[in-house]
Amino acid sequence: MTGKVTVTLKVNGRTFSADCEPRKTLADFLRQDLGFTGVHLGCEHGVCGACTISVDGSTARSCCMLAVQAEGTEVTTVEGLASDGNLHPLQEAFWKHHGLQCGFCTPGMLAAASELLEDNPDPTADEIREGISGNLCRCTGYQFIVDSVQDAAQHLRSTT
Amino acid sequence: MSTPTRTEQNLGADIAGGVGESPLRPDGTLKVTGEFAYSSDLWLTGMLWGATLRSPHPSARIRSIDITEAVRTDGVYAVLTHDDVPGDNLYGLEHADQPVLAGDVIRYQGEAVAIVAADHPETARRAVNKIVVDYEVHEPLTDPEQAVFDSTAPALHEGGNVLRHLPIRRGDPDATADVVVHGEYEVGMQDQAFLGPESGLAVPADDGGIDLYIATQWLHVDQKQLCRVLGMPANKVRLSLAGVGGAFGAREDLSMQAHACLLALQTGRPVKMMYSREESFFGHVHRHPAKMRYEHGATRDGKLVYVKAQIILDGGAYASSTPAVVANAATLGVGPYKVRNVSVDCYGVYTNNPPCGAMRGFGAVQAAFGYESQMDKLADALDMDPVEVRTRNALHEGATMPTGQVVDSAAPVEELLERVKAMPLPPEPNASDLDGYDLRLLPGGVSNTTHGEGVRRGVGYAIGIKNVCFSEGFDDYSTARVTLKVNGGDAVATVYTAAAEVGQGLVTVQQQIARTELGVEQVVIQPADTGVGSGGSTSASRQTYVTGGAVKAACEQVRARVLRQAAKHLDLPASQLRLHAGKIVSADEAVVAAVVDVLGGETITETVTWRHRPTHPLDENGQGNAHVQYAFAAHRAIVDVDVELGLVRVVQLDCAQDVGKAMNPDAVVGQIHGGSAQGLGLAVMEEIQVSGGMVRNPSFTDYLIPTILDMPPMQVDVLELADPNAPYGLRGVGEPPTISSTPAIVAAIRHATGADLTRVPVQPHHITGTP
Repeated sequence: MTGKVTVTLKVNGRTFSADCEPRKTLADFLRQDLGFTGVHLGCEHGVCGACTISVDGSTARSCCMLAVQAEGTEVTTVEGLASDGNLHPLQEAFWKHHGLQCGFCTPGMLAAASELLEDNPDPTADEIREGISGNLCRCTGYQFIVDSVQDAAQHLRSTT
Repeated sequence: MSTPTRTEQNLGADIAGGVGESPLRPDGTLKVTGEFAYSSDLWLTGMLWGATLRSPHPSARIRSIDITEAVRTDGVYAVLTHDDVPGDNLYGLEHADQPVLAGDVIRYQGEAVAIVAADHPETARRAVNKIVVDYEVHEPLTDPEQAVFDSTAPALHEGGNVLRHLPIRRGDPDATADVVVHGEYEVGMQDQAFLGPESGLAVPADDGGIDLYIATQWLHVDQKQLCRVLGMPANKVRLSLAGVGGAFGAREDLSMQAHACLLALQTGRPVKMMYSREESFFGHVHRHPAKMRYEHGATRDGKLVYVKAQIILDGGAYASSTPAVVANAATLGVGPYKVRNVSVDCYGVYTNNPPCGAMRGFGAVQAAFGYESQMDKLADALDMDPVEVRTRNALHEGATMPTGQVVDSAAPVEELLERVKAMPLPPEPNASDLDGYDLRLLPGGVSNTTHGEGVRRGVGYAIGIKNVCFSEGFDDYSTARVTLKVNGGDAVATVYTAAAEVGQGLVTVQQQIARTELGVEQVVIQPADTGVGSGGSTSASRQTYVTGGAVKAACEQVRARVLRQAAKHLDLPASQLRLHAGKIVSADEAVVAAVVDVLGGETITETVTWRHRPTHPLDENGQGNAHVQYAFAAHRAIVDVDVELGLVRVVQLDCAQDVGKAMNPDAVVGQIHGGSAQGLGLAVMEEIQVSGGMVRNPSFTDYLIPTILDMPPMQVDVLELADPNAPYGLRGVGEPPTISSTPAIVAAIRHATGADLTRVPVQPHHITGTP
């Protein structure tokens, strides 16, 4: 194996620096080297969206990025969504509206929905569907996910 | 304890979050924060990574295996082949016919041949590539019909290629009818496609045994198979349920369980195995492809006179649960209809195709596509409304199944159909005026393939039937241990079972049952493991019924002890006391003690093994009371089809289902949504493409499952017609919505296009008629 490189980045507001192989994916780096196992690997080829995170404010498939590409970036994973011990309104809503069953797709769904609501705080059901159409869920049939995002959007609008 | 005193007071409300409510799932916080530990998240310092060498050929003989170079690789700790299996090198759910590591015959592409443990996953994979296997490649047997009927076909197993033939004979075999419709139908190979691929962590223990942390559907059946493979007693092979990222049947068989244990025992170090998505397609069983021939005879007024059917299910290389799949397809082969004269022959066969086993609704899903297609064909032949022809023949309570079993609880077939029919229809796009219509809502979506020209709307109906729980005399039970004690001033119940939560919400339902039965708010669900008796399989829509039944029974025993204890202290007959919201209440509705006071420092524990009423084997004519309960769901599908391009958009999918008792109404609807989506997938997109025994699309790029844009909004109607034989009157929920969703969608496509669609998934060329 070739030599390792040092990758330094911010994850959920904290700076991390670790050595890794240059070919290591960002997803593996986050999961294995930094312990953010909320980054889920469902397909490792960029289709299912379970590994979706935020990199410098935009969603990205962490299975299709190399860790070295994230050098100097600010990353948010599902572990960084709650603040001060309080669930993010999206997290509350997914729990409350049964927007999850097995929960494997949930971190990626939350990342996609979070970006959607930043761009469009008052989305219609169709806009929600389009906004998170890059993320697969095998359990829910999606309806309760739409309900969850709608409820979270309303909550966020009423508190900001 | 303090002396209880009799106090007149308001009894207060029931404990919140009991049966019939929709409390939040206890694992919800962990799942939305990313802290829930799925099997793939497990990690131990110093652990090794396992990898598997699989056969590239669907049929071959192994001449030799050379592991020399693999063993020499830096970082490799073990390379194991069939020679290294200490016990029996065979496993299987019902028949142990599948080698843990093939040493002689290869029966399918992807069969495991060797395993490697290394200190880095990539090292393990590279070492796998250095193993040299000399194969004598054979022509695979891939046609299931040939496997049944061609006596010159090579026998893939001792005993031939027919794993099970189940005939169902009832009534007059020579019955004739005014109107006869024939049909031949095919169902492609569907994948469960759970999102969390197979993974687990095996940890060698100081006592020479093994601890396996694993995502599975049935801990104890895994344990039983592992004991045989490892040559160890059950007390040395301990399994704990790790977080499960969906299952849908695919985790009922072993995948990497035995491999990880073998590597861990060999190296003396923890070994983690985690399949990629591609390996997952080779690492678990799929839904049986089916070839079906149906003949329906009816009177001119639409009453069924006879049904004849031949159903061939391709079990692939190994048995898995094929015998049970055959039983379902055969016994439910005519659907939820009254038919006096029935002749069904169902075959489950071995081929060199990928092994098939459990997937949501197994057997019933395949047959439903056949019999519901036939009901539509019959409606056409009679120029009758498709719902009308179904309701004229609808099964009902007291009617007799083709097995001779009398349906002894609600069978609201007619009502379910009427209910979906009565639901509001979505607005139709006006083809002459599409200004302002969102073109993305048309078939083809953002591909912008039509502005409405060539788009036709269709409506289709279907209804399905499913047996709940295990059938044919199987000793189907679950074990629950319930503990009640005072903790921090409150009564706290703990529920301990080995039943697998796979996402469906069993942990929530267990809490609800304990709250209702014990009147306590706090219920802790202990992690599932093999330290308590078997919970049986999380399959056959059975866990809420059977493990729910076990939890209820254990709670009842705990409650009886609390009441006996209270009676002793109060000097009252226990029969006159009851438990309500943490209080002991007397016959005259007075609170006479608090449960916490009765308990004091004591811990009350009861363990109950609970069984549903027995079922019975089928005789040589397929007659017998084989099933414990039937469940029904009906769908109406509305589709838009671009008839020029063959593109389909499901506009709306509606469902009515009887669940006996909605234990958790939100979770019930969630099951109906999710099950319907999987049926939609089978209808229009999902198929493992197999040719020459080779899987051609083992990725999510090429194996398509419904996205949020494919799955339309649903209207759902839940009926609660209690089954007096079941706990709380409940009926299994998980599978029925998967069954009728597929044929309803295909019926709608036929209605829109006039095409004679005989195969699922429906592909564009089936609609356009182009090759």
